[in-house]
Amino acid sequence: MQLELQGITKRFPGVIANDHVDLVVRDGEIHGLLGENGAGKSTLMNILYGLYSADEGTILIDGEPVHFDGPGDAIDAGIGMVHQHFMLVPVFTVAENVTLGTEFAHVGGRLDRQAANDAVRDLSRKHNLPLEPDVLVEDLPVGLQQRAEILKALYREAKLLILDEPTAVLTPQEADDLFEAMAKLRDDGRSLVFISHKLREHRAIADRISILRRGKIVGTADPRTASDEELAELMVGRPVDLVVDKPQSSPGEVVLDLDDVDIADEDGVDVVQGITLQVRRGEIVAVAGVEGNGQTEFVNAVTGLHPIHDGRMLLLGDDLSDHSRVELLRGGIGHVPQDRNNEGLVGRMSIAENLVLDHWNSEPYAQRGLMQFRLIREHADHAIEAYDIRTPGADTLVGSLSGGNQQKVVVAREFDKDNALLVAAQPTRGVDVGSIEYIHKRIVEERDEGTAVLIVSSELDEVLALADRVAVMFHGHLVGPFDMPVDKGDIGRMMAGATPEEVFGPSGVPNPGAGGDQDAGERARRADAPRRGDGEVEA
Amino acid sequence: MSSDMQPTLDDERVDPGERLTGEESLRDRLIMAVTGPNVTVTILAFVMAFVVGAVLIAFSDEASREALGYVTSRPSDFFTAAWDAITGAYGALISGALGSGTGITESLLAATPLILAGLAVALPFRAGLFNIGGEGQVIAGGMFAAYVGFNFPGLPLVVHLPLAVAAGFVGGAIMGFIPGILKVRTGAHEVIVTIMLNNIAIVLLDWTLTLPTFIGNATLSPKWLPIADSADLPTMFGSRLNIGIFMALVAAVVIHVFMERSARGFEIEAVGLNPTAATTAGMSVGRATIWALTLAGGLAGLAGSVQTLGVSDGGVTAGFSGGLGFDGITVALLGRSRVPGTVMAGLLFGALEVGGRAMQAEAGINLDLVGVLQALIILFVAAPALVRWLFRLDRPSRRAKAKEVTA
Repeated sequence: MQLELQGITKRFPGVIANDHVDLVVRDGEIHGLLGENGAGKSTLMNILYGLYSADEGTILIDGEPVHFDGPGDAIDAGIGMVHQHFMLVPVFTVAENVTLGTEFAHVGGRLDRQAANDAVRDLSRKHNLPLEPDVLVEDLPVGLQQRAEILKALYREAKLLILDEPTAVLTPQEADDLFEAMAKLRDDGRSLVFISHKLREHRAIADRISILRRGKIVGTADPRTASDEELAELMVGRPVDLVVDKPQSSPGEVVLDLDDVDIADEDGVDVVQGITLQVRRGEIVAVAGVEGNGQTEFVNAVTGLHPIHDGRMLLLGDDLSDHSRVELLRGGIGHVPQDRNNEGLVGRMSIAENLVLDHWNSEPYAQRGLMQFRLIREHADHAIEAYDIRTPGADTLVGSLSGGNQQKVVVAREFDKDNALLVAAQPTRGVDVGSIEYIHKRIVEERDEGTAVLIVSSELDEVLALADRVAVMFHGHLVGPFDMPVDKGDIGRMMAGATPEEVFGPSGVPNPGAGGDQDAGERARRADAPRRGDGEVEA
Repeated sequence: MSSDMQPTLDDERVDPGERLTGEESLRDRLIMAVTGPNVTVTILAFVMAFVVGAVLIAFSDEASREALGYVTSRPSDFFTAAWDAITGAYGALISGALGSGTGITESLLAATPLILAGLAVALPFRAGLFNIGGEGQVIAGGMFAAYVGFNFPGLPLVVHLPLAVAAGFVGGAIMGFIPGILKVRTGAHEVIVTIMLNNIAIVLLDWTLTLPTFIGNATLSPKWLPIADSADLPTMFGSRLNIGIFMALVAAVVIHVFMERSARGFEIEAVGLNPTAATTAGMSVGRATIWALTLAGGLAGLAGSVQTLGVSDGGVTAGFSGGLGFDGITVALLGRSRVPGTVMAGLLFGALEVGGRAMQAEAGINLDLVGVLQALIILFVAAPALVRWLFRLDRPSRRAKAKEVTA
């Protein structure tokens, strides 16, 4: 079906989320919707799905104006939506989830599970989306849960499918599978709207791309001809440097030294095991991995939020295994937490206050127990200038800033300290392209000033762009690190659980013995007799 | 995120739809409910409460009820009668509270413990804690103060009075510290613990009213021994108003400075707004919890002290606290948990109480109407969405505008 949005406008108090948006999704196309966080993509799709109603504008389906009072109307009109956060009941089976609300029942109301299973199995076969109908959703990996969501929409006979940031939770391989399935659905004559802020994905799958910036459609592009630079510029509104300009690293002394560290969860089960890793002054070690493989616990343990169950952690030679958070923070660890809204910032405090959140009670910001607000403000004015935080002023509530600027507040606070070690988890999650560029630049600068940098990210592109050495976290174990360059596909395979030997051959390292890669060769030779403190790591 | 989110700049537009998680916890919502509504909503809540109160007065007034019987033939009679009843009642209320020197001093006297008890709820709220234990803390503080007050009779006033007041603060603080430490050490919820401590304090007071140590020989209408003159709060202007009002105002200023300027207050605030981020920044949720509840207990204890050393200086009786701890919740709610707001709310409720007595005496309206008015004010404050809707402060509703989409 053909969908047309005409002049859709949606205002929230003080904000125009959608400003006269015109958009045509043709019959049988994958239409990419590209835009920074906060550009209004989700609002627009929520209007289309009947969750919001537009203040102005018209929705036309096959030329006929329609009006949605809620998602029910949208579903009836043939619109399906796969939300970023799945709307599934974890303790129900796939079939139960898919048929939820339109259950098969025997006479008398007893559920007919067999009929539901058969129907879902047929559906999954027809669309080439293999999925077992009688498995509990909670037992499925994320990629298959998403598949259940798609089936749910198809089961309701969606002719237009909206996929809201579907790749955010997937491994690269799962994303490829998703793209294949999307292409199949298109070839079957369905229309798809694909939302993402990643250029690469749009180029991989979209037939046409509409770019949304600050609530307005600023252009429509053909992914085959438009360059990344052009798309990024449309999205951000100014030229963007997409490649991280990074000189050769010159690693110095070991700053962080983890020796066989185990980390237990609240129930005492080791969720992270046997982590041995060294991070040296002046290098960036990046840990890739699909989320939920122990990265959160790992980062929290290194930064003192979570106790280390077993093993040893040294910072510049001092044993910090048992130290508290404050001691680690004051002892030279900067920490960009993975979830800025929950862990990094107090949304209802000002930028100035958030910038001193972790040294609120120390000189010079507090003297004799009293906050020195004039000083804190001056500090904030400097940081806003130095870190390019776009805000009306230092007194603005952090919660009202865009994601990118919120993250810059966290970055400003953590980078401004005299760090020996900087730990950044998902440093650019939910951040617009312009801010990503900026934050990456600051991370490299921090490295070049002699800080040891540990990045934990599920964005493979980010890992590849920043890392001097790369490791992969899978099921609580660390694989690597390996010296860059490492092939993206190889990292992807290790993120999915392949061992280094499976990926790189018997040596277990990329390019063993290659002329230009002395470190790797040296490590391969030393693999039997690892020594501590030589700046290398037992793989 | 609250609906009164700050507008953002033009060049950094945020889509609220992308930040509404719908997963705000009950705690967050309650905090929003208390700290969220702005001044306009508070004032309009007031107007609404008095409007509803006026309707109640009109329909309960005898003259207007009679006129209602023939309202179809002569409606003006009913409206005149109702207007007379309403203006009479509200006139008596206002003049009773503020129309005379006595009215004003009585209002201030009534406001004194309300301000302190309100602060005792407002402060923990800033740390994200619900202090339902004001009542127990008031009782404990009042008992401590009175105990010091009727013992040591030989001491000079400058020593004895501060000592008694300090004892009151300590008594309340202990009652506040208990739920604080229990929460930090064992995770016991402060609401449950403080409610239970209320009962313990009430029963403890009843028990002391059977012991000769406290009541001497007065067994018929049990009452603690009278407070010594040297621990009696001095009165002013030849009225019943005592210097307790200055204690309350000084306490308010101290708490205001503590919350707005001190590092400790900053920590409490941050913990209240986002405990996870506060922990990540190296702050201690436990420390903030204990500080907030202990200080709050102390404030409630002061409220108890001004009652036992001031108003009821004849001696402590059962129920001397008079539900102050609970009134404190309403005061803090109306004051949006800010110190200036709480002081204003305390003064207001004090005036309402005194005015209500006048209304009862002069216009024959039962004092309970004041209770209804207070409850209505809180109802409207707690339901800002309702007030916004009533006064069309918000953007047009979804459905009202939806028609234009297809139009």
